[in-house]
Amino acid sequence: MALSVDSALYRWQRLGAHHPSQALSESTPLLSSVRDKPKFNLNKWRIVFPNNGRQQKDRDQAARFYPGNRIQTTKYTWLTFLPKNLFEQFHRLANLYFLFLVVLNWFPQVEVFHREITMLPLIVVLLAITVKDAIEDYRKYQFDKTINSSKTKVYDKEDHAYIEKRWKDVQVGDFVQLRCNETIPADILLLYSSDQNGICHLETANLDGETNLKQRRVVTGFSGQNAPFEPELFENILICETPNNDLNKFKGYMEQPNLERIGFSTESLLLRGCTIRNTEVAIGIVVYAGHETKAMLNNNGPRYKRSKIERRMNMDIFFCVGLLLAMCLVGAVGHGIWSGNFSEHPPYDVPDVNGNYLSPVVAGCYMFLTMIILLQVLIPISLYVSIELVKLGQVFLIHNDIDLYDEEADLPIQCRALNITEDLGQIQYIFSDKTGTLTENKMVFRRCTVDGNEFSHQENARRLETHKELDLDDEDFAKLQHFTLPSMNIEQPATYKQRTVRPLRRCQSARARFQGHARQKSLGRRDSNQSQVAFSSTIEKDVAPDSRLLRRVREAALQTENLSPFTHMKTATSLTDFFLALAICNTVVVSTATEPRQRVTVPPQIKPSGITLERIHQIFQRLKLASLSQSFASSQSSSDLGASFSAKSPDERLAALDCCDNDDDCYGGNGKGSTDIGSASLDEVFKSVSHSSLPPEFCYEAESPDEAALVYAAQAYSFTLVSRTPEQVTVRLPQGTLLTFDILYTLGFDSVRKRMSVVVRHPITKEIIVYTKGADSVVMDLLEDPVKADLNTQKRMRRIRDKTQKHLDYYARDGLRTLCIAKKILNEDDFQKWANFRREAEAAIDNRDELLMETAQHLETKLTLLGATGIEDRLQEGVPDTIAALREAGIQIWVLTGDKQETAVNIAYSCKLLNQRDTVFTINTENKETCESLLNLTLEEVRKSYDVEKPRRKFFGIIPTSLSVSGAPSPEFGLVIDGRTLNVIFQGGLEKTFLALTKHCRSVLCCRSTPLQKSMVVKLVRRQLKVMTLSIGDGANDVSMIQAADVGIGISGQEGMQAVMASDFAISRFKHLKKLLLVHGHWCYARLAKMVIYFFYKNVSYVNLLFWYQFFCGFSGATMIDYWQMIFFNLFFTSMPPILFGILDRDISAETLLGLPELYKNGQNSEIYKLSTFIVTMLDAFYQSLVCFFVPYLTYKGSDIDVFTFGTPINTISLLTILLHQALEMKTWTVFHWVTMIGSVVLYFIFSVVYNAVCVVCNPPTTPYWIMERHLSDPTFYLLCLITPVIALLPRYFIFALRGTFGASLILKAQQLDKLPKEQQDIEIQKWRSRKQTTSDEPIASPASNDDLDRTINHLCVSPFLHPASAAVSHGDPDSQGPSTSEMNPLRKWTPEEGNYFFNRWAQEESTATDSSAGPFSGHYPLVPNRVASPGQDASKLTRDNAKKFNHGSHRRSVSAVTL
Amino acid sequence: KNMKSKKSPEAQTRPSRCPDNSAFKQQKLPAWKPQLTITTVLSSFFVTGAFCLSAGICLILSANSVREIQINYSDKCSDCSKLRENSSNWNNDCYCSVDFMLKEDMLGDVFMYYGLQNFYQNHRRYVISRSDAQLLGRDVDIQKSYCAPFTTYRNGTPMAPCGAIANSIFNDTIDLFYNLKSSVIQVPLLKTGNSWWTDKNVKFRNPKSHNLSSAFAGTARPPYWQKPVYLLDEEDERNNGYINDELIVWMRVSAFSTFRNLYRRVSRTRQFADGLPAGNYTFRISYNFPVSKFKGKKHVILSTMVWSGGSNPFLGIAYTVCGAAATLTGFVITAIHLNLRKKKTYLQK
Repeated sequence: MALSVDSALYRWQRLGAHHPSQALSESTPLLSSVRDKPKFNLNKWRIVFPNNGRQQKDRDQAARFYPGNRIQTTKYTWLTFLPKNLFEQFHRLANLYFLFLVVLNWFPQVEVFHREITMLPLIVVLLAITVKDAIEDYRKYQFDKTINSSKTKVYDKEDHAYIEKRWKDVQVGDFVQLRCNETIPADILLLYSSDQNGICHLETANLDGETNLKQRRVVTGFSGQNAPFEPELFENILICETPNNDLNKFKGYMEQPNLERIGFSTESLLLRGCTIRNTEVAIGIVVYAGHETKAMLNNNGPRYKRSKIERRMNMDIFFCVGLLLAMCLVGAVGHGIWSGNFSEHPPYDVPDVNGNYLSPVVAGCYMFLTMIILLQVLIPISLYVSIELVKLGQVFLIHNDIDLYDEEADLPIQCRALNITEDLGQIQYIFSDKTGTLTENKMVFRRCTVDGNEFSHQENARRLETHKELDLDDEDFAKLQHFTLPSMNIEQPATYKQRTVRPLRRCQSARARFQGHARQKSLGRRDSNQSQVAFSSTIEKDVAPDSRLLRRVREAALQTENLSPFTHMKTATSLTDFFLALAICNTVVVSTATEPRQRVTVPPQIKPSGITLERIHQIFQRLKLASLSQSFASSQSSSDLGASFSAKSPDERLAALDCCDNDDDCYGGNGKGSTDIGSASLDEVFKSVSHSSLPPEFCYEAESPDEAALVYAAQAYSFTLVSRTPEQVTVRLPQGTLLTFDILYTLGFDSVRKRMSVVVRHPITKEIIVYTKGADSVVMDLLEDPVKADLNTQKRMRRIRDKTQKHLDYYARDGLRTLCIAKKILNEDDFQKWANFRREAEAAIDNRDELLMETAQHLETKLTLLGATGIEDRLQEGVPDTIAALREAGIQIWVLTGDKQETAVNIAYSCKLLNQRDTVFTINTENKETCESLLNLTLEEVRKSYDVEKPRRKFFGIIPTSLSVSGAPSPEFGLVIDGRTLNVIFQGGLEKTFLALTKHCRSVLCCRSTPLQKSMVVKLVRRQLKVMTLSIGDGANDVSMIQAADVGIGISGQEGMQAVMASDFAISRFKHLKKLLLVHGHWCYARLAKMVIYFFYKNVSYVNLLFWYQFFCGFSGATMIDYWQMIFFNLFFTSMPPILFGILDRDISAETLLGLPELYKNGQNSEIYKLSTFIVTMLDAFYQSLVCFFVPYLTYKGSDIDVFTFGTPINTISLLTILLHQALEMKTWTVFHWVTMIGSVVLYFIFSVVYNAVCVVCNPPTTPYWIMERHLSDPTFYLLCLITPVIALLPRYFIFALRGTFGASLILKAQQLDKLPKEQQDIEIQKWRSRKQTTSDEPIASPASNDDLDRTINHLCVSPFLHPASAAVSHGDPDSQGPSTSEMNPLRKWTPEEGNYFFNRWAQEESTATDSSAGPFSGHYPLVPNRVASPGQDASKLTRDNAKKFNHGSHRRSVSAVTL
Repeated sequence: KNMKSKKSPEAQTRPSRCPDNSAFKQQKLPAWKPQLTITTVLSSFFVTGAFCLSAGICLILSANSVREIQINYSDKCSDCSKLRENSSNWNNDCYCSVDFMLKEDMLGDVFMYYGLQNFYQNHRRYVISRSDAQLLGRDVDIQKSYCAPFTTYRNGTPMAPCGAIANSIFNDTIDLFYNLKSSVIQVPLLKTGNSWWTDKNVKFRNPKSHNLSSAFAGTARPPYWQKPVYLLDEEDERNNGYINDELIVWMRVSAFSTFRNLYRRVSRTRQFADGLPAGNYTFRISYNFPVSKFKGKKHVILSTMVWSGGSNPFLGIAYTVCGAAATLTGFVITAIHLNLRKKKTYLQK
């Protein structure tokens, strides 16, 4: 018996000893099979025995190892609570410090205060936290209890039936029966589903927030499928991974009694916490239970981050520790000397209990410890508690900001990290994702190219424009769902002549618009209870088809129907194929609108109302004939096109149709052309189809929004995806025929392959077709080599390919996301071969992922290009404005995206990340040397121009607005870099140069970067430049970046919740960042920084009073203030104002902060809390404490004052001083401030009076009885309390006064602005900004004119000029292409090797400058001295001599490359 | 309309997560925003300056009206001082007379203090070496108090009062004589009323018993004392035991090492009805309290009082200086302001 067992030895011993013969027959996973010997190890594998009476003993044994399904999220039990909680609490340094002091105080030699009293603060802190923990834990306990005792149906082997059990009684190996809408109690392997296809739908919102349904399927190949599942008959054993927290990773296999293995994966795993949907009954076996479920393993606590202020603060606390030790040393030495002075012990030197005296040295040592206890407050422990409170308050206020609330999603901002609010005010670098962050991630189908013909979809573009203006939301899209595009088109009255897009109008009229903060939510979302059907806002759903394409599709449809040879046969089939691919090649789930959660998995049995397939055939036949015989008169009656049509040839007519803007008209005209038989009958067909298939609206739920967009696009051309099951997909063709394809395989999308494929069998031709959809860079390389085909085809394919490539580049430049669609026809043998291969791969365990990848890649080769699509990802609202504001605030913004360069650059321009006048350097290279030289070269160039402006900049930094220098604006630089270059930089140690370069760049774009690279860039900048970074992103690919930054912001948008889960703050729109940073960030920083400083001041100034007294009491550690008063001083009398200040103070109003983003720099440069301010504050604290001590001292010197009578005025004075100091700092006095301020003083006096009146012996041995009362009747006390704070605060007030009246700091000016009435304020802000603009290098033109400019530029120079260059850049992908491809295009050759500079932007700048010579910044332009190195010619020339210019540019670069 | 009616029940069932639009939550509470403009700054400086100056002058004037005479008798009675250096002589009485002359009348209430220098009554361990509960007349276990080592004698007899403070009580007796034309008149001095009323009546109580000696039965005097606590003032029952004024005053430990304690008040009777008239006086001191071993000094002080306290002029000086400084600052700021404005207008031109 060849066993490979490690820890499961017990079992083997048992089996070997008692049932040696059985052990062989019994097929257990621990037995090595003959074929291969997997190492089974319970540490590595989990073996699940079914709980059905079979293999009972094994199961019982195994069950010992696997925990039950009871969960216990509580930290403690009744017994362990106190010790464990205390143990945890003493992990905090502050508490240990407290404890140390308490223990120290226990020694009589050093005892300062009462032993019991000293414990008080510690006990209070511990108790508070203990109670908090207890309550929290009890809540968890309650929650656990409800969860544990919720019911589910578990198979019982005695009863042979499913009986109800509590969740906690569920065991690994149990069979669980789940019904629709039930929550899954454990991680369960799906064995049976009532669905005939073995599908079970799952909603994972509880787990990851994603609301679209996921499909899970019964373990493929598991026999007991179609018959009802009988747990008793289940005799397989499950072997799977040990529990882990990867939600998307699960693999294992079932071993049948006959040793056959059936693999299963995450596709069959039902995760705990998810909900079963749309499935009547599902049965599965529990694989992981309780805490081992993936959901529980993913349950991490909140993150703990330390903010910059806190880090700084900790340094200063060390300073305080140093100060404390120094002061203690002074005390110790002083006491030693003092007690050494006596030759004989005086009566006031009290011996210890036994009557012995200490030697001076020993006394000094004890005194050191005593002083630590005495001056303990110097370490501001209260600061930690206060900071926590303040941050809670700040978070509360941020959370409640209505401006950060997204009505559409009904989501306010979520603050997930409680302790880094102030970091928001110190951000220097923002790293942003593009898709979904800057853009909406609402994919809208914009353009497509089929067979090298481009269809511009202008109607769609126009529709989107209108949408934008209307700022629509999906208010009642449920209503709209009753109308479908095709049916509407047909039902339109023939006389309808308006040129507007009809469906859109309908949308608008049906839409009620709410303004302001009124509650609103889409109906659809409500109905579905959980959430809205994902990714189907109206804007994505309605695609206005391109009329020209629509017509062609119709034509094509006829042809395919006939299956007859036709002149345009090739085009026709590729059109059909194209749209079929769009409709099929995805993983979209179809559901109907009327019942949102009801999946359409069975093709609806549509009877095309009396029209049989033959009839359709006939009609199409006729139609075809008609169109052939030039009776293409359908559009003749179209009012716009008129008679011009009839005279022209079909080709011309097609061209003319291109300019037909309105498909409704064309379409409507089509229906109206009743004279034509063909059209009429076509109309009839469409009508009947649309009527018969009511409700015809399907909701598509896709994993990525692009998929849905493509399906909707296909639908617009009447290729409607009707249903989808894992085995079959049904598409309705334009003719109304339903085609049901058998899906043989679906190769899902992954980010490595960057493509997905489906393998289907065509129902009519029975061909096996592979439809592939993927990133152009990948798909274009996988195309069939045209060389093999005959010359004609070859030529044609080349042409299509080149044209498509051209279109793709154009799309990319337009900021569209491009996807290539390709297909491939397999013959049966090849497919079978591949299928076998694939099956093997699926069953493999060890390196299944690699194998699957390999098989996929094997299939996706030699594709035939069908076409490409351009999907627009629209810019989010307010993005350019936000970016401009953030930039003005001095924040560097980097965009890190996985998207391609052109798209990214264009988005960057459109969101004003790059200005048209910027010089943009693009570095794309793979070669280290090239990269290095390029970086150096660029750096040199940048420095050259930077040096010119540098002195002036500094000048601005000091006196920002006092003098307006109208100097020449310097150029701003932008840097575009791609993932490959980043790799080179990281691997080649070029980080320093890169950073030096980026420091001079206004913005940096990293395209084509992987998640890892994103986080590496963030880390690089954060660590090397020591700056505060913020990452913002929305997708799973941004998680690492979000976690790498100091502040991570997740956008809760379209792409699930991973980013939000990883983030510190979750917002729903990018524009919220503006207020979050500029207002809340500033406030939080200013508040907290001031509060921290204040706390240091407070503690030092108070503790020093005690210290000064030591000089008068022989350094004996005596206090002149009663201990209770001292405790309460920190605890009550002076704690509230700073906390309130930290929560509520507003140094500048939100409006001003938003109006003048520059004010943010205050926080960025840590102006409030830095070393100098800290030192100044410390000195001030010393001064104030000196005053507070010595004024009373000198007043009472030599009198009969006693210790506590002397201490009380000091305490009072210092309270007043400390509070008045706070009052000086406070910029806002709301009711709360007044109440706490006055309240604190009143509370102090009330407490003192009551305490001093009541307490005769309550604080032995020293009782401050009746002292306060006596003071209150003594005029000296009042005189003292008046003069001392005045003297103490006079210097500070003087400086404040000087600053307030003569200072020119931004903050103060802004405060003065705040005082002005609203209108005047606006005017002043305007003035200020305009003043800035004249001085700053960044002229801000009005947005409208800028947009215009963009457009003109695009028209003028970009399109003719950019094509070759960008083509070379974007597709010069040398990893995959190799030398042979790069040979093909001469331009490609130089691009990757030496990188290239985007001179086009220079060119654009030139033209901008000249175009807008009347514009606001034209005047400055010529003053720029040395930046126009190469394209310094006249701009008008430039537009004409693009090619020349380009050559010039590239030439220059190549020269520089050669010299290097 | 239809829509709204549909919405309202749904809105009720599911509250929106939209934050309240309240002034507090939106941080828009009405607030006073103080600004340091030139007018507020200048007015604050000048007002403060004027107030402080006037108050300071008043205080100085009033402090100057205080008459005070202070005599260091530890130096003058050097013989006694030497005698006391050796603690074995504790039983020997030592008397010492100090003559002085009042050049002016001391009008009003005249207070007699004894002053100690370099006596650190505020030493931490000294301050706590007492039992307030015992002094309150309660029957407490003083072992638990901070009196150690002045708690009990070896034989277990507790000290009454316990602790270092009580033990080291100032035990000189000072009498004042007025030398009027060769006749010597003892100035009548009040022993009582020198402590705080609350101390005498609330904080210090004798143990309840039918007479004092029985109340203190079972206790012993502190080691340095010559007589037990119930014999502190044999003449006045109400000034005996714990409620003895001298003890109370001494027990109120002084804040500094140089201090004075109220010893007696001049009884305003007969020729002293208006205070002490000018002339020659003699202090007759029974010198008991040793100070030389810690380089201490003893004083006897006669002083009058005004509303603002004693003769210490510091508060008045502080007010004056502060007022002057504030006024000066105000002028400086004015000067800067005018200067700048001139410049500005010049620049604008």
